[in-house]
Amino acid sequence: MNRKLLKLLAKNARYSLTDLADMLETTEEKIKDEISQLEKDGIIRGYKTVIDWERLDEAYVSALIELNITPLPDSGFEDAAEKIMKYDQVESVYLMSGGYDLTVIVKGKTFQEVAMFVGKVLAPMKGVISTATHFVLRRYKELDIIMCDDQKDDRESFWL
Amino acid sequence: MIDYSKKLNSRATALKPSGIRKFFDISEKMTDVISLGVGEPDFQTPWHIRQAGIESLEGGKTRYTSNRGMEPLRKEIANYMKRRFELDYDLSEVLVTVGGSEAIDLAIRALVDTGDEVIIPQPSFVCYEPIVKLAGGASVVVELKAENNFILTPEQLEEKITDKTKVLVLPYPSNPTGAVMPKEALEKIAPIIIKHDLMVVSDEIYAELTFNNNRHISIAEIEGMKERTIIVSGFSKAYSMTGWRLGYALAPEPIITLMTKIHQFAIMSAPTTSQYAAIEALKNGDEDIKKMVSEYNSRRRLVVKGFNKIGLTCFEPLGAFYAFPCIKSTGLSSEEFCEKLLYSKKVAMVPGTAFGDCGEGFVRVSYCYSVEHLKEALKRTAEFVEELKNNG
Repeated sequence: MNRKLLKLLAKNARYSLTDLADMLETTEEKIKDEISQLEKDGIIRGYKTVIDWERLDEAYVSALIELNITPLPDSGFEDAAEKIMKYDQVESVYLMSGGYDLTVIVKGKTFQEVAMFVGKVLAPMKGVISTATHFVLRRYKELDIIMCDDQKDDRESFWL
Repeated sequence: MIDYSKKLNSRATALKPSGIRKFFDISEKMTDVISLGVGEPDFQTPWHIRQAGIESLEGGKTRYTSNRGMEPLRKEIANYMKRRFELDYDLSEVLVTVGGSEAIDLAIRALVDTGDEVIIPQPSFVCYEPIVKLAGGASVVVELKAENNFILTPEQLEEKITDKTKVLVLPYPSNPTGAVMPKEALEKIAPIIIKHDLMVVSDEIYAELTFNNNRHISIAEIEGMKERTIIVSGFSKAYSMTGWRLGYALAPEPIITLMTKIHQFAIMSAPTTSQYAAIEALKNGDEDIKKMVSEYNSRRRLVVKGFNKIGLTCFEPLGAFYAFPCIKSTGLSSEEFCEKLLYSKKVAMVPGTAFGDCGEGFVRVSYCYSVEHLKEALKRTAEFVEELKNNG
């Protein structure tokens, strides 16, 4: 039941307990307990709302930064990753295979702000060899949610 | 000026037009209608299947195929039937058609002579009666009952058989009711079919969409039935390939040969691109089906629970992607209910009467929509029923 519940929550964190209970053929009590347990076990790490800030004309800029790091003996890239992830401006940190070591996604109010962060905080950090900053110009899809205008249902509304 | 009424085929002219057209036209003109009326999946054809179709086009595979359908495809269909339903069919017993629809048409045309009677359980898909009539046959309706979970009972079947009866159409899992015929129910009607030497056209297009871990059982699996059954099915519902127009028929060789003859004169062969895509679907599509069925299942539960909560009792559908709630408690007829609901709450459902007179008192609800869409529809329907109670 875990898996199915997680799949539903991954799709929409705001399903009511009633809806979840109906869809999984169980009781609201059981769902509540299940969710609590998953949270305790660290499997559910949090709940986020996907917002299109641009529609509000709110200043919102994000950038994907490719970092190359000198790995340390024993800890590898851990130290750098742990240091970087503590910053509020940093939305995501991933260790990567391929041409560079860490992907860091940084958000800010302006291009300036993000560039400053990269230049003043990330680039000079101990162990960082190089950075390559790519600004996001337009979001089409984020976390499985389509950000552009609603896709029309082009099926005939009745069919026999 | 030509008087066309004198030029047109009388059998076709006599066919009743679909009663649903009126609703479709009304709902088209309204905005923000939440429809629950479609009969096709909201999923896209899985990418790897589309890819196979695209590659075949890029590779220039645009010629006719063999009338019966490409041999690799027929092989895969036979493998699939063995793998999924434990049925053995030879290559000579498989015909690839333009959708399950063409397979039904061919099956009827291959079996029915003028005046032959064809038993059609209702409520069911609207095409059976017209197809039988066009072939010169007579349709005999059996009215399925809600208290039997819309299963065909042996008594009901026996009652309708005359010395003219040739064919029984058996559409399960069912559109519009979502009912399935479990093995015991099939075993009960088989002896009657055999006793009266009837042929069966088994429309199994929804065979992959069954819930509660019950694999669909084909009547062809019942002892003594395979030699007198034409199974028709296709790719539209299982793989979300409605627009690709590809289906198949499985039957004893003499029947397939005759069906192929008609098919080759009328259609030549099924679309080549679709056939290539279908091979990929059968080979590698099992996981896709599982995913879609799981998704439909959550929605099914939500919808059935939802209608029962509103007071529109809904027996539990175990197949297809429809629920068939009973609206009798509102005191309205099916058409009145749907019309009032459409106008006052902009929710579109299909009246049960579109599927046969015995659909009166019911409405068909498709759950090929997102959970959000279904919840909104349920909310509005609940409001509607509440308002009816308060006003009436």
